[in-house]
Amino acid sequence: MTSAAAEPGGFLSAASRRGPLAMEANSLSKEFRVGRGQVVHAARDVSFNLYRGAVVALVGESGSGKSTVAKMLAGQERLTAGTIRLDGQPVELTSLRAFRRYKGSVQMVFQDPFASLNPVHTVRHHLERPIRLHQGRKSKAELRAGVNALLEQVRLIPAEQFAEKYPHELSGGQRQRVSFARALAAQPSVLLADEPVSMLDVSIRLEMLSLLDDLRNRLHLALLYITHDIASARYFADEVLVMYAGEIVERGPAEQVTQQPAHPYTQLLVASAPDPDNLGSTLRSGFQASAGRGVAVAEQGCPFSPRCPFADDQCRAEDPAPQPVSADRAASCWHLDAAAAAAVATAGESEV
Amino acid sequence: MNAGPVLDIRDLSVAYRTPGGDVKAVSNVSLALQPGEIVGLVGESGSGKSTLAYGACRLLRAPAVITGGSVRYQGRRTSGSADVLQMGQEDLRKLRWREIAIVFQSAMNALNPVLNVRDQILDGIHAHLRISRAEAEAKVESLLDLVGIPRSRLRAYPHELSGGMRQRIMIAMALAADPEIVIMDEPTTALDVVVQRDILGQILELKEGLGFAILFITHDLSLLLELADRIAVMYAGQLMELGTSAEIQHEPAHPYTTGLLNSFPSLHGPRRELAGIPGTPPDLRRPPPGCPFLPRCSFGTDACKQIDMQLAHVETSPDLDHVTACPFVLPGGQPAGPTALREGSTA
Repeated sequence: MTSAAAEPGGFLSAASRRGPLAMEANSLSKEFRVGRGQVVHAARDVSFNLYRGAVVALVGESGSGKSTVAKMLAGQERLTAGTIRLDGQPVELTSLRAFRRYKGSVQMVFQDPFASLNPVHTVRHHLERPIRLHQGRKSKAELRAGVNALLEQVRLIPAEQFAEKYPHELSGGQRQRVSFARALAAQPSVLLADEPVSMLDVSIRLEMLSLLDDLRNRLHLALLYITHDIASARYFADEVLVMYAGEIVERGPAEQVTQQPAHPYTQLLVASAPDPDNLGSTLRSGFQASAGRGVAVAEQGCPFSPRCPFADDQCRAEDPAPQPVSADRAASCWHLDAAAAAAVATAGESEV
Repeated sequence: MNAGPVLDIRDLSVAYRTPGGDVKAVSNVSLALQPGEIVGLVGESGSGKSTLAYGACRLLRAPAVITGGSVRYQGRRTSGSADVLQMGQEDLRKLRWREIAIVFQSAMNALNPVLNVRDQILDGIHAHLRISRAEAEAKVESLLDLVGIPRSRLRAYPHELSGGMRQRIMIAMALAADPEIVIMDEPTTALDVVVQRDILGQILELKEGLGFAILFITHDLSLLLELADRIAVMYAGQLMELGTSAEIQHEPAHPYTTGLLNSFPSLHGPRRELAGIPGTPPDLRRPPPGCPFLPRCSFGTDACKQIDMQLAHVETSPDLDHVTACPFVLPGGQPAGPTALREGSTA
């Protein structure tokens, strides 16, 4: 019923085709005060929706504010401005009880599986607690069955054996599976995964992503996948949101955003990803070698303007609002036409 | 210039002595580094790639023990070649940093937090080079220019610098004595892709200018395919395959290499079927007989338990230096070989 809900401005998310609306982030902003009246805008006017059964990827460099957004959605960080709605209801975490109830629906998985499990407790302990907290009182037998079911869900089999292990007895991938199981113990509808695979070995990452994909399908989870690896977002996500300096600068269907990036920043991000099929071409030619060097975020205007090859006076004076690229794509840039033309020119060059 | 390799590692074995028995972190690895060459060493965590590199410079501490092999070094400034494993402390001190410099993985932890950039680099220079204070200070400034850090940051402390800048400082320090070899241990792993690309481009530029050889350690094969001249694939303490970047990319012979190639999602070009590698690496306290990759290998047979792990020339390859540890699988010779995988990508 809500599956075709348009977002503000008539924007239609690519993720909305998967299932009903689960969570709405509306104009979220977060400011941190850092001494002497200085303010860091970690997130500025961030809006997007999460849909059941869909993966939305939030892509950006470290410091772009993607984790701050996740923490706000998880109820761990107060909002400076904006509203969050869960299943249509505004989220107000004014009491511990409200917070706990909210946690029953919205769970988070963290980046570092080595730091997020308690070294002195067994896997069973890690999983029994959330089952008791979120699924009500349970008998010993029910708890045991619950732990086993969770471990089997994340494919830690034989479950009985894994339940008795301590974190140090598990590999990084196995630990991250325990983190997934712990999050699922609350039977959430929304899962926020903050760089869930970036600490794992390359050969294991895919397995973990396909596990997440499988869980999303089976449990009909609304998944926010936070990553700096835009290539994995291409394979895994329905919709990609690209963040820069606390703002979403581009958003749209994963394949389109990664294959025909509209915003100059997304173009830079895509060009920077290692590309074995294009051996060393951009690397050896010193492509935009000064792009990342000693840059500051603009105080005024478009935050990307100090690094942007298309920046002019308008960009330095006025922060662009999202411009529609198509019905389900938007990018915040004054010079989308110029950027698109440059992208076509570069593509033509590499084909010659 | 001499014709031979600058670093010639032969049959190097390193074990970690633990109460539960020896962990064979590196077993009989041979790898040579030619002057000015970039060799990539790729493997998962625990594969022994860092242990191999640190073992070759004798930077390992107990419980790690070098149990066999030789490491010969021959640079422009040294007469004849010398075995690093037999050197006395004084010779070692001269070798390290002047001849072989290392850029450590975590610039956050490798820099001294209470020294500013200038003092940090000066400290290293004075420890290893006999030059005057004025010369040393001039050198610090030229090093910062080299890696693109404004001189205004000379007095900055590590916590005031971004991750990319800290990594550049590490590179600047490594280059201070104009070394013959720079070992880079995951120098860009903690950095964002844009910064990573920037730094890699700079490393290449510096290498062209200064002519040092690089041993580049990483778990990211896609990065090496772009950067390295040759790639050594390591698994469970042993070399699985060694070849040029093009050979590793287009004609991977070892099933583990093929598995790694299919593990990373590509951003450019058509979407490929991704497979990953199921399972986990073996416990090196009790290494399985024969090929350590057998439990995760889709080509595995009982014969794999019998084999003696030896690198042999890949029969189909015109390059005699393209070697693999797997005697049973050839590139393209199998139904699920690399050609089939690449062709199947357009579906």
